Amino acid sequence: MTRTPLRPLARILAARREGENPDAIERANLAARHEAARDASRERAEGRLLVLGIVFLCAFSMVGVRMAALAGSDPVEPRAAASGAQIVAARADITDRNGRILATNLTTHSLYAQPPHMIEPEKAARELAKVFPDLDEADLLKRFTGERKFLWIKKRISPEQQQQVFDIGEPGLLFGPREMRLYPNGAVASHVLGGAGYGREGVNSAELIGVAGVEKALDEELRDPGRGDVPLQLSIDLTVQAAVERVLEGGMRLMNAKGAAAILMDAHTGEIVSLASLPDFDPNDRPRPATEGDQAESPLFNRAVQGVYELGSTFKIFAAAQGIDQRLVSQSTWIETEGPLKWGTHRINDLRDHGPALTVQDVIVKSSNIGTARIAMMIGPERQQNFLRDLGFFKPTSVELIEAPGARPLLPEKWSEIHTMTVSYGHGLSASPMHLASAYATLLNGGYKVTPTLLKRDRFERGPRVISENTSKQARDLLRRVVTDGTAAAFGEVAGYRVAGKTGTADKPKPEGGYYEDKVIATFASVFPADDPKYILVVTLDEPVDTTGKKPRRTADRTAVPVAAEVIRRAAPLLGLAPDASAGVTLARN
Amino acid sequence: MTEMVYGSVPAGTGEPILPRWWRTIDKWSVSCVLMLFSIGLLLGLASSPPLAERNGFSAFHYVERQVVFGTLALTIMFVITMMSPKTVRRLAVLGFAVSFVAVALLPVFGTDFGKGAVRWYSLGFASLQPSEFLKPGFIVLVGWMIAASNEVAGPPGKTYSFAIALVIVLLLAFQPDFGQACLILFSWGVMYFVGGAPFLILAGIAGMAVLAGAFAYQHSEHFARRIDGFLSAEVDPTTQLGYAANAIREGGFFGVGVGEGTVKWSLPDAHTDFIIAVAAEEYGLILVLAIIFLYATIVLRSLFRLMRERDPFIRLAGTGLACTFAMQAMINMSVAVRLLPAKGMTLPFVSYGGSSLVAGGILVGMLLALTRSRPQGEIRDYLVRSGR
Repeated sequence: MTRTPLRPLARILAARREGENPDAIERANLAARHEAARDASRERAEGRLLVLGIVFLCAFSMVGVRMAALAGSDPVEPRAAASGAQIVAARADITDRNGRILATNLTTHSLYAQPPHMIEPEKAARELAKVFPDLDEADLLKRFTGERKFLWIKKRISPEQQQQVFDIGEPGLLFGPREMRLYPNGAVASHVLGGAGYGREGVNSAELIGVAGVEKALDEELRDPGRGDVPLQLSIDLTVQAAVERVLEGGMRLMNAKGAAAILMDAHTGEIVSLASLPDFDPNDRPRPATEGDQAESPLFNRAVQGVYELGSTFKIFAAAQGIDQRLVSQSTWIETEGPLKWGTHRINDLRDHGPALTVQDVIVKSSNIGTARIAMMIGPERQQNFLRDLGFFKPTSVELIEAPGARPLLPEKWSEIHTMTVSYGHGLSASPMHLASAYATLLNGGYKVTPTLLKRDRFERGPRVISENTSKQARDLLRRVVTDGTAAAFGEVAGYRVAGKTGTADKPKPEGGYYEDKVIATFASVFPADDPKYILVVTLDEPVDTTGKKPRRTADRTAVPVAAEVIRRAAPLLGLAPDASAGVTLARN
Repeated sequence: MTEMVYGSVPAGTGEPILPRWWRTIDKWSVSCVLMLFSIGLLLGLASSPPLAERNGFSAFHYVERQVVFGTLALTIMFVITMMSPKTVRRLAVLGFAVSFVAVALLPVFGTDFGKGAVRWYSLGFASLQPSEFLKPGFIVLVGWMIAASNEVAGPPGKTYSFAIALVIVLLLAFQPDFGQACLILFSWGVMYFVGGAPFLILAGIAGMAVLAGAFAYQHSEHFARRIDGFLSAEVDPTTQLGYAANAIREGGFFGVGVGEGTVKWSLPDAHTDFIIAVAAEEYGLILVLAIIFLYATIVLRSLFRLMRERDPFIRLAGTGLACTFAMQAMINMSVAVRLLPAKGMTLPFVSYGGSSLVAGGILVGMLLALTRSRPQGEIRDYLVRSGR
């Protein structure tokens, strides 16, 4: 556009000549310029309005198409809540190794009230107090006539109670289905199963969650909705478990012990066939955890897995086996047992004087602290620690109980030579009976590492080798000699089952330091049959005392051994082990 | 002399008001508005009973109110359509001033009716949402200012009007009412666009809108919750959006039948924000498409008529009104089909609500007043090749 000046000189001069007002020219030019600008803007606006129109047409079409697409699709059912927030009550059953039910679910009902729907709150409160004697009529009436629109009355009621509440005929009293965890065998295997409680609750269902034991350790697996009806199969054998618990309870009474624990484990696979801890409880009505006092005294406390104790002379076989495995000694090597053995200010004594020297075999059979300590000194702290680590004494067991990871063995802080000596005969290192059972299994099954488990193993893979086959056999021979000739000779032998084992009696440590004179932990760790190891049995009694003799006897050979022998006598036939005919048992009589 | 004695003879304006009105008004758009209002009443018959039941009125209480407010709104609309553009402009600017003060005073005197946003004045018999009345006045004012700025030696109207827009957006954002704030920004943008905005600046504004949205998302829980609900791929069927989408699906192409719908019982905003879902459920896609067609007809016809408009003010203000009207309808319907996140935006003339109806009547009345056919001097284009 060529720019036109508002005052074109030629025209102004001409206008002046004509006598006209030159300002008119200027104004006319201004008006023309204005007009041109308007035209330009109108043309531009025309295009832009067209664009706008097309954009809106497209937008309206899009909404229409989207509507049509939605209208053409299928409606979905609105659900009460998003899928993630739903309360799933499903929980798989738990069975023993033969498929017998250990834990299952039962459908019961919960009882709740909606006061706005109530017709006669007075009658409802009166009748409810009759059905449930633990409810207070006045309190119920207060709650029914208050502000609340919803209130729980009972979380679980029986079918009979439900019928009685039905008969009240009050529309404001309502029932919600509620799954309940049932342990049909009562207290049997209570420490294995643990128990279950309610998690998030709604009117229509409540979450069943494990609170202890296997139920809690495998909670997610049990609640997995994808699991379907497949029950969780444990390695526990219900019959054996019941027998073991019964014998153990009798033994605990006879020996005046305040607690007892027993573990029966497959020596090769590590499957726990029976795990008992006394005193026990009924998981259907699990007691509340003790808020005061020693948790270790509570019935809820699993002594077999949670309790870490100094397990005493049962440890001696580790030192002897390692010495043999390292070719430092043989069974017939003579070891000096002249007491006391001094190390710095420490003195190590034997219960009885064993004379100047014993063979390695006799060190184990007669249970000499000094002899074992000397073997341990030959091995040295480093190799000893490595061996005990291989046996699993340095970390909590991996058994499928929620209590297991918390039971960390207590180790000497600084592993000096004195610790090497004391640990060799089972002092200064505290571990659970479960640790001891798996270590015995590893040592005696031919030398393969055993990981304890509560789950039935369909397929079994051997663990890595820890000691040689030969050492394992020699260890079994040594332990067999303990039962035939040694400390367990009086009560340990079970005719036909060739029991091999080691006693252990450890003074209980005082909470304030030092050891009690008259309180012991008596343990018998055994394997049977000795020549073809199948099962490991560890029996531990807490503060046993045999009062049948002239003076009270507390050592394991008088307390734990007879109980363990009785357990084997009862359990071995149930486990399908035939007694050995050559041992003098008459299998058949004409 | 005669004139001195008897006064001057009134100059004949040429044509009586009503015939001229009838000749120049956009009769198609008027018909569309009336049909939309009828559809609104029809849907009110469906959506009123649940609301009335909740609030303890007789079943068709809200239809009756809708008829009263609708009559008022339509009367106002017809009166406005008879005004000249200049009168419209004067009244609109006055109206803008009043409603601006009303919006500004909302935090002091307003109420939120328990909905989490202070947007209403409670008048006892009815509630008033001043931001609804602010829009038409604001648009006319901005159209005027931008038109003036395009005059030779005109005032810097674009800058001033943008400043006003920003103040209003801030006021609305504090309520918070991001839907109306967006609408205000949008209407200003459209007028600026038609008024000859450079493309660079338009791109800049678009970028700033995105930034403002991000800021609001970060700092306003109200806003963030709604956006999150929109962005989540799987719509929870128990939210308003889920119910609305389901209702549209239930309705299919021909609907579940008059009065058979269920969504109105589960949606608290079935009579306002989600009226389109009620329509889709009971009458099917057919009615929804008809509603969309009616809105599109009004908007496109108006835009087409404005293309021939020579007066910059009428063109700009008309564009702003038409586009705001279109945008409001579109946002409402897009929410129901999940093209946009949930906003509290009514469907003009169809949704229940006094403020919304009357404000819609004012807005469309102004639009129709501005789109009346008037001499455009087109013949000059051919006769006078204006030059200097």
